[in-house]
Amino acid sequence: MLKKILILVLVVALLSTSLLGCSNSSDEKNKGASDSGSDVIKIGVFEPMTGTSAAGGEMTVEGIKLANEMKGEVLGKKVKLVVVDNKSDKVEAANAASRLIEKDKVAAIIGSYDSSLSMAAGDIVKNAKVPAVGCSPTNPLVTLNNDYYFRVCFIDPFQGTVMANYAFKELGAKKAAIIQDVTRDYSVGLSKYFVDAFKKITGDDNSIVGVTSYNTGDQDFSAQLTNIKGLNPDVIFAPGNYGESALLIKQARDLGIKIPILGGDTWEAPEFIQIGGKAVEGAVFSTHFTAEAPVTEMSTKFLEAYKNKYNKDANAFSALGFDAYMVILDAIERANSTDPEKIRDAIASTKDFVGATGNITLDENGDAVKSAVIKKVSNGEFKYLTTVEP
Amino acid sequence: MNMSIQDFLQHLTNGISLGSLYALISIGYTMVYGILRLINFAHGDIFMLGAYITYYGLVFTSIPWWLVFILSAVITGLLGVLLERAAYKPLRNSPRITVLISAIGASFFLENLGTVVFGGRPKAFPTPSIFNSVVRIGGVSIVGVTFIIPAITIVLLILLNYFTKRTKTGMAMRALSKDYEAASLMGIDINKIISVTFLIGSFLAAVGGIMWGTKFPQLMPLMGMMPGIKCFIAAVIGGIGNITGAVIGGFILGLGEIMIVAFLPGLTGYRDAFSFVFLIIILLLKPTGLMGENMTEKV
Amino acid sequence: MKYKKKYKKKSNSILYICIFLVILYILNKTLDPYKLRILNLCGIYVVLGLSLNLINGFTGLFSLGHAGFMAIGAYTTALLTMPPAMKEMNFFMQPIVPFLANVEWSFLPALLMGGLVSAIMGFLIGAPVLKLTDDYLAIATLGFAEIIRVVFTNLQSITNGALGLKGIPATTNVWWSWGMAILTILLLKYLMKGSYGIAFKSIKDDEIAAQAMGINLFKHKIMSFTIGSFLAGIGGGLLGNLLGTIDPNMFRFPLTFNILLIVVLGGLGSIKGTTVAAVIITIMMEALRFLDESINLGFISFEGIPGMRMVVFSVLLMAVVIFRKEGLLKES
Repeated sequence: MLKKILILVLVVALLSTSLLGCSNSSDEKNKGASDSGSDVIKIGVFEPMTGTSAAGGEMTVEGIKLANEMKGEVLGKKVKLVVVDNKSDKVEAANAASRLIEKDKVAAIIGSYDSSLSMAAGDIVKNAKVPAVGCSPTNPLVTLNNDYYFRVCFIDPFQGTVMANYAFKELGAKKAAIIQDVTRDYSVGLSKYFVDAFKKITGDDNSIVGVTSYNTGDQDFSAQLTNIKGLNPDVIFAPGNYGESALLIKQARDLGIKIPILGGDTWEAPEFIQIGGKAVEGAVFSTHFTAEAPVTEMSTKFLEAYKNKYNKDANAFSALGFDAYMVILDAIERANSTDPEKIRDAIASTKDFVGATGNITLDENGDAVKSAVIKKVSNGEFKYLTTVEP
Repeated sequence: MNMSIQDFLQHLTNGISLGSLYALISIGYTMVYGILRLINFAHGDIFMLGAYITYYGLVFTSIPWWLVFILSAVITGLLGVLLERAAYKPLRNSPRITVLISAIGASFFLENLGTVVFGGRPKAFPTPSIFNSVVRIGGVSIVGVTFIIPAITIVLLILLNYFTKRTKTGMAMRALSKDYEAASLMGIDINKIISVTFLIGSFLAAVGGIMWGTKFPQLMPLMGMMPGIKCFIAAVIGGIGNITGAVIGGFILGLGEIMIVAFLPGLTGYRDAFSFVFLIIILLLKPTGLMGENMTEKV
Repeated sequence: MKYKKKYKKKSNSILYICIFLVILYILNKTLDPYKLRILNLCGIYVVLGLSLNLINGFTGLFSLGHAGFMAIGAYTTALLTMPPAMKEMNFFMQPIVPFLANVEWSFLPALLMGGLVSAIMGFLIGAPVLKLTDDYLAIATLGFAEIIRVVFTNLQSITNGALGLKGIPATTNVWWSWGMAILTILLLKYLMKGSYGIAFKSIKDDEIAAQAMGINLFKHKIMSFTIGSFLAGIGGGLLGNLLGTIDPNMFRFPLTFNILLIVVLGGLGSIKGTTVAAVIITIMMEALRFLDESINLGFISFEGIPGMRMVVFSVLLMAVVIFRKEGLLKES
């Protein structure tokens, strides 16, 4: 019995010392980002680096790192990025945000690609009063009722309308079918906004002939597609992750479904074209930014720097990551402080900030009002079609 | 239910396509289990390795694709033997739970090693065009893979049957599977037979992985998890240890999944659960599987 | 003489528990939220590890379905403790089922309810399935866990489907997690000392012999399984109310694997082993995160590789299983 209690005491001692010893030695030096005595400001980044959304996360982080290189200091202190992988998993996202706040004591957070992951961290940043800026999550719920969450991109009600308009006006579609990923808030939300907008613009409540669904990670969509085929829509709207969507479109074409298939901003990943191959030729989707039509002088600067560093053309997610970082730094300058709450107030009052993706002004919900860009897959590349103003 | 004949035939074709894929993968699973009574949880991950090795072969070398396929399968087969030596051989005389745990550990090891080595972003499998060609018969579209996979499965079935019934090694395998102790007492080289079993089983898993890649050209380190479990279920349904049973089980699962979505679109989300529900029904009604023999346990 | 010894043992135990509670109190006051979270996780994993050990280690039933019971417990407790306003916000796609919309219980009854519902499911699942042998039982229980997950993903109006639940009240604190852990340890000790414990052990050693000795296999197996499920449900409830957000996707096989890891490393059938292993592994899981991210040793820093952490853990598991078959600590 004594042995048992000795072990228990040992365990508790082990626990305390290892937990205390766990923290980086730099933690001891920087007692908190709000300690103006330290010479480093930490900005946390939580993005999916593995899992189904890995491509989106990686591209975003590329943009953030580029921004950090371009502007690595503010208020005379060095800016350090703490990058944490949330594994495309909601619970991990919550954990990641917690760790950034509690362990690394960051002054602000950037993240995450995929609205579900951002929403998972929503309450945590709200309760800890640390501001978070999302680069590309488009679901309205990310910032709704959350004074501490912001985003530098447009939101899905707008995106859904853009695509619905495109379907109706450019493609002359009167009937549409929806294929959504029920495991993602993004897909479910965007589908709903498309449906609302499409019904309104066609004036026909029955213009949506069918809605079918799949789960992230599914690979076989032949049954759902065969069902949809039988309903004879003019166009299919299938906003979903790039991997699943590419497979879905390929299987649709194999089944002889020739109608246009439309999607949202998550399609803009090189894997979409690699996996989809010839099948995704002609796929049209909405997104935030295009290298072919730079909007501001910052865009040109960003595009050059990106090309120099990574040797390829920038995509929307890198550009948004870049902007999120720059917005935070701008806010820190305006607040003239490293206190998360003051930074938060400064972010909220961001007005006409010149970003790479356009002029960024955050509204009362913390959302940016931006124009959308429509792209089409042409000859194995993403080709810019047009810009749609809000 | 207003489904046209054409739609039904299309669903049937889709089901056969998926089912034949499951069938192919289940054969390897059932072989290993039949002889060693081991649920090789890592089978799905060997499947994944086969697909990835083929990917690197196709992308980075100029070897003709059919040769790449064969070579990758052989390499994966050898990796399977390595796995057996490292993770299962030391536990040959341990209680079954221990071996099972080692298998689960091996599976996680391979999955995470895959993430570390191959990276988290998916890789596009460069499918040779013959697999992608589509044939349309009376409004029903059939992709090349739908013909090729069952063909390969049948060829392999025939080869395996010949091997186990006509060759010495094959017969030794059957002897081991019938009665492990007696067979070992008869002077059969257990190590050799087990290695051969794993070689063939992993080879088959690799072929399954390659075919999976041609049909679903998105490779991810965790791609083997679901197919692995489903194919084990197929093997159990068909009667563990029985190769023909595994094939039948695979088809049942593939067709079943598709038909649920086809006839009960409201239950589309439950599609994955179908395999498990079917498994439990079989386990409760006829645990030895559809083609298995009833075995009594001697005390 | 014997009576005096027993009395001394009992009072010693109480003393030790008191000392432990004092240490807990001090830790609760001094540690920062991040470390407190880990401390809570340790306690929860003690409960979970012991619950799996009861089924797998003590009774020898190889069940791989633990994640499913945790899911039931987590969702039940979450739905019962969430305030109605929060529920409305969550269930925006499809409104929540009426009888759950306005309930708001306090933590203890919700937790117990979670355990109870899990136990009932455990009973229903166990009854038909427990007669299967090792491997088949493993796959059948795994199958049930997956079925539970798929069902939860689709029951939009009860569980909010794949979107999961956010804003679960964070009612778990060290007193709850470690309180439950201590209760679980005591429960298991009590069970194993009595006739039930002997029955469980004999079933594990040799089922047929046990049956020949007159032990009712079914009754004892079901009992072990049901109690294990009850505890798993409680563990799940504690986990949900610690994390604040749950979704069906977290209750998959990797979660069961984590607990299996704890049970095997601590030694199947050892209460002490599981407890210690739960604490050590939970801490190491966090401490080794640096393998996934970047390592900064001051003079060198190198990029971590995502996935490395679990590679290390799997190798560890296999090494223990292959080289030290009894686990890290000898069976008590």
